[in-house]
Amino acid sequence: MAYSEKVVDHYTNPRNVGSMDKNDPHVGTGMVGAPECGDVMKLQIKVDPISGIIEDAKFKTFGCGSAIASSSLATEWLKGKTVDQAMEIKNTEIVNELALPPVKVHCSVLAEDAIKAAITDYKKKAVSTPALV
Amino acid sequence: MKLPIYLDNHATTQCDPRVVEAMLPFFTEYFGNAASRNHSFGWVAEEGVDLAREQIAKLIGANSKEIIFTSGATESNNLAIKGVAEMYAERGNHIITAATEHKAVLDTCKHLEKQGCRVTYLPLQGSGLIDLDMLRDAITDKTILVSIMYANNEIGVIQNVTEIGKICKEKNVLFHTDGVQAAGKIPVNVIKDNIDIMSLTAHKMYGPKGVGALYVRRRNPRVQISAQMDGGGHERGMRSGTLNVPGIVGFGKAAELCHQLMDTEMPKHRAMRDRLKATLEGALEETYINGTMEHRLPHNLNMSFAYVEGESLLMGINDVAVSSGSACTSATLEPSYVLKALGLGDDLAHTSIRFGIGRFNTDEEIDYVAKKMIEVVTKLRELSPLWEMFKEGIDLSKVEWTAH
Repeated sequence: MAYSEKVVDHYTNPRNVGSMDKNDPHVGTGMVGAPECGDVMKLQIKVDPISGIIEDAKFKTFGCGSAIASSSLATEWLKGKTVDQAMEIKNTEIVNELALPPVKVHCSVLAEDAIKAAITDYKKKAVSTPALV
Repeated sequence: MKLPIYLDNHATTQCDPRVVEAMLPFFTEYFGNAASRNHSFGWVAEEGVDLAREQIAKLIGANSKEIIFTSGATESNNLAIKGVAEMYAERGNHIITAATEHKAVLDTCKHLEKQGCRVTYLPLQGSGLIDLDMLRDAITDKTILVSIMYANNEIGVIQNVTEIGKICKEKNVLFHTDGVQAAGKIPVNVIKDNIDIMSLTAHKMYGPKGVGALYVRRRNPRVQISAQMDGGGHERGMRSGTLNVPGIVGFGKAAELCHQLMDTEMPKHRAMRDRLKATLEGALEETYINGTMEHRLPHNLNMSFAYVEGESLLMGINDVAVSSGSACTSATLEPSYVLKALGLGDDLAHTSIRFGIGRFNTDEEIDYVAKKMIEVVTKLRELSPLWEMFKEGIDLSKVEWTAH
């Protein structure tokens, strides 16, 4: 399969690779996928409690080039957005930006799910520790 | 050293320049139809075909009259299995094959099931070998054919063909083998191996694409096959159609070269393969060999690199041509059915790479591939959440994944 230049670029120079402390109350972690399905994405966001803006995002992905590129792109888009804005990111935007072929749309869906899972995790923490909000 | 490096010799091989040279005159100078009996153009073409028939027969210990030319192994497999099923329909309708056969065999069997045949798909042992007792037990008085490939195209595991042939002979059942990965690479002898019918193709042995052959035993027993195409009655009535003379001439030359070079190529390829394996295993933990090393084509290595997905691995070594059993490389999104039949979990099946060494590879290329593989696996593991979890001591089989 021929990949778009953007996929190759994200694969070759993945942005924001890494892990944050998942016990940090300002960090939301989303992990989606399964090894037997061939892809697992871990996406983390660090939210500034005062402004509600995502100040950092990190990812680790086991999967094909498109999965790596989708999650790398997602971290770029997350940074600087508010949690509510981040919730609005659609998989179709990822498909368009990376010019993913139809068989790889699945990777963008996974990225959208990972974003939502990370935000949900963050919100859950925020509710249980109201002093931080 | 020239890039990219080709290490996908199970898919196809480079046509040997000596083969091309042998073919060339048959396009322009000796262009006659081998079936034309009344002029020299036809005679010369027929001579070329006859020589090829002998060269191929010699490679597999057959008689040249037992070689039927086809368009390739897919056609040979179809002709063998459908041809036997039709010809021997009165005797029985049961066929035995293995779960890891090439699709040209499996899909042909599925087609016959729709026509009322009964097919047993034997499972594989973890080694990649079929269980001979299970085969013996599966044979009934309705069984007319056993079709088991000589060596597997993904894991390179060589079946115990001689024993399978012996069992078939005892039970008076015909034995067909898809021999495309084995012939020309390791000694194959239809007499010693008790083979009744064998599929071959030129492009897996440094010959041209689009030409194949079917070995059909003529005595003890005399095998009969129903033609699958009606026409001029070429190839002893079993396969009509004007012969692809240049292709056949090339096939013959390719078989001759394989026959001559086998004794030097086998140890050379085995040494290259073993070094690749040792280098990768030495530098990378959590690697797994798929299928037994004991009964394996000398030029095959099939390895899983845990916690790294196959397609992203291929993407990182884009100047090396290999193939992956990972689902992402195919349209089906299902990981390799061959690896799954070995009992491999989907997770490891997604991380496998097949290396196929060939005549034109060099030691320098193998070292480059090893170095590149180590680099890319290491880089991708740094990127892999599974690797991180594994390193933290988390048992991945106990994690609740959000399967999707």
